Amino acid sequence: MKTPIYLDYAATTPVDPRVAQKMSECLMAEGNFGNPASRSHKFGWEAEEAVEIARRQVADLINADPREIVWTSGATESDNLAIKGVAQFYQSKGKHIVTSKVEHKAVLDTCRYLERQGFEVTYLEPGEAGFISPEQLNDAIREDTTIVSLMHVNNEIGVVNDITALGEVCRERKVFFHVDAAQSAGKIPIDLAEMKVDLMSFSAHKVYGPKGMGALYVRRKPRVRLEAQMHGGGHERGMRSGTLATHQIVGMGEAFRIAKLEMFEEAERIEKLRQRLWAGVANMEEVYINGSIDQRIPGIFNVSFNFVEGESLIMSLSDLAISSGSACTSASLEPSYVLRALGRNDELAHSSLRFSIGRFTTEEDIDYAIEKVKAAVEKLRELSPLWDMYKDGVDLDSIEWAAH
Amino acid sequence: MAYSDKVLDHYDNPRNVGKMDANDDHVGTGMVGAPACGDVMRLQIKVNDDGIIEDAKFKTYGCGSAIASSSLLTEWVKGRSLDEAGAIKNTEIAEELALPPVKIHCSVLAEDAIKAAIKDFKAKRGEA
Repeated sequence: MKTPIYLDYAATTPVDPRVAQKMSECLMAEGNFGNPASRSHKFGWEAEEAVEIARRQVADLINADPREIVWTSGATESDNLAIKGVAQFYQSKGKHIVTSKVEHKAVLDTCRYLERQGFEVTYLEPGEAGFISPEQLNDAIREDTTIVSLMHVNNEIGVVNDITALGEVCRERKVFFHVDAAQSAGKIPIDLAEMKVDLMSFSAHKVYGPKGMGALYVRRKPRVRLEAQMHGGGHERGMRSGTLATHQIVGMGEAFRIAKLEMFEEAERIEKLRQRLWAGVANMEEVYINGSIDQRIPGIFNVSFNFVEGESLIMSLSDLAISSGSACTSASLEPSYVLRALGRNDELAHSSLRFSIGRFTTEEDIDYAIEKVKAAVEKLRELSPLWDMYKDGVDLDSIEWAAH
Repeated sequence: MAYSDKVLDHYDNPRNVGKMDANDDHVGTGMVGAPACGDVMRLQIKVNDDGIIEDAKFKTYGCGSAIASSSLLTEWVKGRSLDEAGAIKNTEIAEELALPPVKIHCSVLAEDAIKAAIKDFKAKRGEA
């Protein structure tokens, strides 16, 4: 077994060898290296064909029309284009946006930018389970709301929003609905013929494709119009200029094709691994799952080990590549804003670890992780004055701590 | 983030981990920090009748640098007088452990902890 063991698939995934093979065929002189926008020769035509095949592969995974797919540099750009593009294009109709407190920074920072431009944003708070309810959304939409942006799957806790129900609310209230699907595409089914979603962001590198590649779904019926954010040669029907990166696009297409074929089997396998991991650590005291137990994807699993600080936990887990909700490294000392938005107290937020399991994770990896985590938690609890106090029956909330 | 070898050494082999009887009138206890901030240190000193720190114990909830800072401090205060121990500066700890700027607060916390322990001891003896 090779260490460190990679359990951070929600951060990024390795490129699938089948994807890498396809990509490598679009780089060199003897390969498909042409500019897809070149209309006057075979090199251009062949590159364009490869790009259009990939567009269909992406559209097929989400049951959309290929003409609804706009290539971007990743989900961050897609989020920017969707939210700024719609908010700006329709600003004469209103300047109110609805989103949630647990969105990815690509959405939150875009909304902050729009606030500085004179837009108003409502940030919905999820309950303890981590998802937004249709009623809550309905209450937040106003006369001057133009767009709602909510994520499909949360990147820290893996909780799934009910996009079908939320989409019904948006359509009924006649506001555009943008969904960040970076963590859900290729993991759980998405059917855009059924779901009333107007714009959806995708990333290639969360699904075993290359980094620096993404797409934005822009619905044709009813039509959504956007203010372009990148101006140039009018590529992608004017919505996103810039020479198309054939090798990246082909890689994303192949990654999405594989995902469509293998998604269900893979999800089943990963769910078994997640259950194995939980069974391995659940018998320790004071261990909590963050976010809904059942409304979640199998691959992302967020757990708090009370009375142990996350960064020191990660330090003793150098054989595991995982991430922590504790932001002790940041100057602010603020723990994860997502866990805080769930109403988790700061101690539990500081004590959290995110395990994300993927295509190349094995049972052996999980067993090794369980063994390491248990040993580290036990060691750090021996060192923890909070654990002592808990064991002595002291109520930690009864103590007046000197915050610093 | 990269830790210095000294931080790693104290983290892997923390010195003087433990708990003393807080009611013993030779023992001074300092507990500083807050769980919400991600670090809590408990430092205890045992002072002999000559006013010398004979023994020190700690337990720390916090990042590796916080654990290392308190572990180092227990080594430093042993054998010192209360005045000497109280004069230890956070900058000395930070320098010894090569703490990066974002971890300086860990050394500050350690300095606060020894000061608090000394204060507690003196209060018990009616000297404060």
